[in-house]
Amino acid sequence: MSTPELTADVAIIGGGLMGCSAAFFLAQRGLSVILLETDKVGRQASGTNFGNVRRQGRPITQLPLANRASRIWRQANELLGSDVEYLQNGHIRVCFRDRPENVGKMEEYAVQAREEGLDLELLSGNMLRERFPWLGTDVLAGSHSAMDGHANPRLAAPAFARAAMKLGARVIEDTKIVHAAKIGEDFVLEAEDGRRFRAPTLLVTAGAWAGKIVSQFGETVKLTPRAPTMSVTEPVPYSILPAVGVMTPDEVETVYFRQVARGNIVLGGSTRAPSYPDEYRSYVMPQNTMTQFQHLRRLAPALAKLQVIRVWSGIEGYTDDALPVMGPSGTVPGLFYAFGFSGSGFQIGPGVGETMAELIATGHTDIPIGQYSIGRFG
Amino acid sequence: MTGRFRRLDETDRALVRLTVDGSEITALEGDTLMVAMLNSGLALRNAEFGPERRAGFCLMGACQDCWVRDTDGNALRACSTPVENGLAITTQPLTADWSVAP
Amino acid sequence: MSERVVIIGAGPAGVRAAEAVVRAGIRPVVIDEGSRSGGQIYRRQPEGFKRSYETLYGSEADRARAVHETFDALLPQIDYRPETLVWNVAEGRVWAARAGETEAIPYDRLIVCSGATDRLAPVPGWQLAGCYSLGGSQVALKAQACSIGGAVVFMGTGPLLYYVASQYVKAGANVVAVLDTSPFAGRVRALPKLAEQPDLLWQGVTLTFGLIRAGVTVLSGITPVEISGDPQSGISGVTVRTASGDVRQFDCDAVAMGWHLRPETQIADLARASFAFDPRTRQWLPEIDGDGRSSAPGLYLAGDGAKILGARSAEVTGELAALAALGDMGHAVDKDRRCYLMAQRARYVRFAEGLAEAFPWPHQFVADTADSTIVCRCEGVTAGTLRASVSEAFATETNRAKAFSRVGMGRCQGRYCGNASAEIVSALRGEAVERAGRLRGQAPVKPIPVGTARTDA
Repeated sequence: MSTPELTADVAIIGGGLMGCSAAFFLAQRGLSVILLETDKVGRQASGTNFGNVRRQGRPITQLPLANRASRIWRQANELLGSDVEYLQNGHIRVCFRDRPENVGKMEEYAVQAREEGLDLELLSGNMLRERFPWLGTDVLAGSHSAMDGHANPRLAAPAFARAAMKLGARVIEDTKIVHAAKIGEDFVLEAEDGRRFRAPTLLVTAGAWAGKIVSQFGETVKLTPRAPTMSVTEPVPYSILPAVGVMTPDEVETVYFRQVARGNIVLGGSTRAPSYPDEYRSYVMPQNTMTQFQHLRRLAPALAKLQVIRVWSGIEGYTDDALPVMGPSGTVPGLFYAFGFSGSGFQIGPGVGETMAELIATGHTDIPIGQYSIGRFG
Repeated sequence: MTGRFRRLDETDRALVRLTVDGSEITALEGDTLMVAMLNSGLALRNAEFGPERRAGFCLMGACQDCWVRDTDGNALRACSTPVENGLAITTQPLTADWSVAP
Repeated sequence: MSERVVIIGAGPAGVRAAEAVVRAGIRPVVIDEGSRSGGQIYRRQPEGFKRSYETLYGSEADRARAVHETFDALLPQIDYRPETLVWNVAEGRVWAARAGETEAIPYDRLIVCSGATDRLAPVPGWQLAGCYSLGGSQVALKAQACSIGGAVVFMGTGPLLYYVASQYVKAGANVVAVLDTSPFAGRVRALPKLAEQPDLLWQGVTLTFGLIRAGVTVLSGITPVEISGDPQSGISGVTVRTASGDVRQFDCDAVAMGWHLRPETQIADLARASFAFDPRTRQWLPEIDGDGRSSAPGLYLAGDGAKILGARSAEVTGELAALAALGDMGHAVDKDRRCYLMAQRARYVRFAEGLAEAFPWPHQFVADTADSTIVCRCEGVTAGTLRASVSEAFATETNRAKAFSRVGMGRCQGRYCGNASAEIVSALRGEAVERAGRLRGQAPVKPIPVGTARTDA
């Protein structure tokens, strides 16, 4: 009995923002692509995150990748032919009054970031409140990145997938790959229902689910599935342009917010919950919603009177060092990885896609990704 | 009579005075804020995403159509908030820092 | 063994559940959003109002009085939390909020009697001021002695349509017309099942004749065309196509609309109960056994919040759910009482089946609505935008369509657009409506301010 088999130059497992943007840029380079997604594209970490298109605060060594992504975000609507609601309205990173040691770290970061082409303006609490009167007195100081912004995560990955399809990529949803192996020169992938896919190059962008696939190629990486705590308010007059977040070593205080043009304010951060990739479920824990509100009131006291109308979460995969796995496999030629973005993948997503496409198509990229090698966990 | 609602019974109640956008209206003790406002006006607020005025919908706290604010900026669901003497309501959108317009 | 019982809702189901739990010697927590017990159908008027039970509840006056008196007598033996919203459930605790404060209340058994709201079909113009849900129009009269307008049209289907219109006439309101989308023939066909509750069937017949005698236009088998009006001043009329195909226009300043009811299932959903599609009503309902046990451990569902069987049945299913919870905790349960209640419930189920046949949800009308019709009142999203999420962005079911179009993303969390969204999405895809799924419940059950603070941590 012969099973029908689809073939392409590149197969991608995982239809998040990384996989969808990689599919787009690979198709743009003229390669044939099959993108395989267990559920629907962009539904988990890529679709449920905060939507921060933020470079500041990332590791300095990641800024070249973030800068590349920034250029793509700026032209995303034209590139994709659909609106992903990117607003380049800036990003403010603040520290609270009870953590004065962070001001020095912020200054040090700004100096290093400038060398990588990211201009940050440091402002005292009072200067910040003059420009952004909704910031609370608990805010000690902050760093303003004028060229950062935010976008709509619900729309971004599906928009990349549709644009990839227009270029000929085949995006196949509701297809769970249960077996992956390299047989001869090709990777052969088998779906739960027996359908098979074949390609000489395989890119794994399966987020929190990547571990199982990677292990079939003899490599191990530990991914902890977590669930962000997200909320959104009723619509109020549109007035906060930048996205705002707190710099702190304490996860419970890491809150952030942004306002979309329709007026709703998206709230994120504070403690993350566990999530359950095998069941495809994640839950917002009410106690985390409450700590989120508590620290948001310190950040912007005026938020207290607004009504929250909905909360949500999704499934994110965290590595032990919170840095992604990105680059070629350490064991199998033709196999590439881009996963484990540890709750910080949205901004760099399109840059990751373009970089992986470049690496696959040309065998080389100037973007420094050596530190993301899977070998570091070996 | 300029209101949207019509009182059919239970009109023998004490008067309550409140203000809506600075103008005094009278209501009856036991009225919800929604009944008070719609016995002296046609709507509660402007729709955010359309040209129309809104006047509530479900009256049982489910549809969330009837939120208004007091002059301190607190959100009140008009269908389930009883009137009180001296209540001051604004139907205007919040200002840019989400406080109540003067 | 720990015996912490929490009951959500103080309508007929919650009151009878509380009564049974108290009888077993347990002091339950009873949480209710209302300022006074009674729920929606037996909603009490504010203190100081003087109308009689007969005026307020008509043929159900004795039942309403009994439910109210039972609850009042229970007050010393329960931990009653009025004006309190359960906004989330997680890890064996309900999160209750009141006046900007919240606490997590642990439970061993949770009995959810969350009631129902009107099921709405989008009609062009329904976003205009002066359009109310049918249940809302009844609340205006019952709880506030007001009519929703000076000239009122009732449109939709179901027994409540005739009941509320009659109450309006009796109270002296100006009722212009009662416009029912269900054809008369369907009611005749459903007669054998409706005869399970002969007094309710007879009430339905007499109400209709009473309306006609009062000069109200009563039409069956109509198709709504438009609610017309002005964005500033609101509704000025309703246009429908009659069963014979004529177009009729009615001048009015208010419309009360409802197509029977839909259960409030958010709490069951957050407590992780499983759901199943009910083809008779074309809705998803939490799965329960005959006693009210859900698939989630320790979670029991009763009243119209589980399945629309009416207020009379809610008293039965509330007690049944409490007996199930008590039995599961090891209490002795009166088997005869349980059998009696189960038999009662079976009759209400058959009656409800008759109602669903007599007053069907007009799914084709909903699926066919024009692209320009607002489907989501909260966000002002049209059917055209919803359809584009399917045809251009490849949404295959309602949650995906919500993510792309925002239908169901607003303040009401899909309560008033969810049913319609499923019909529109599935019709466009040429699939059965159950394939469009259901909008998953998301906390908070109703909005809570960012100012909400915990009092227990």
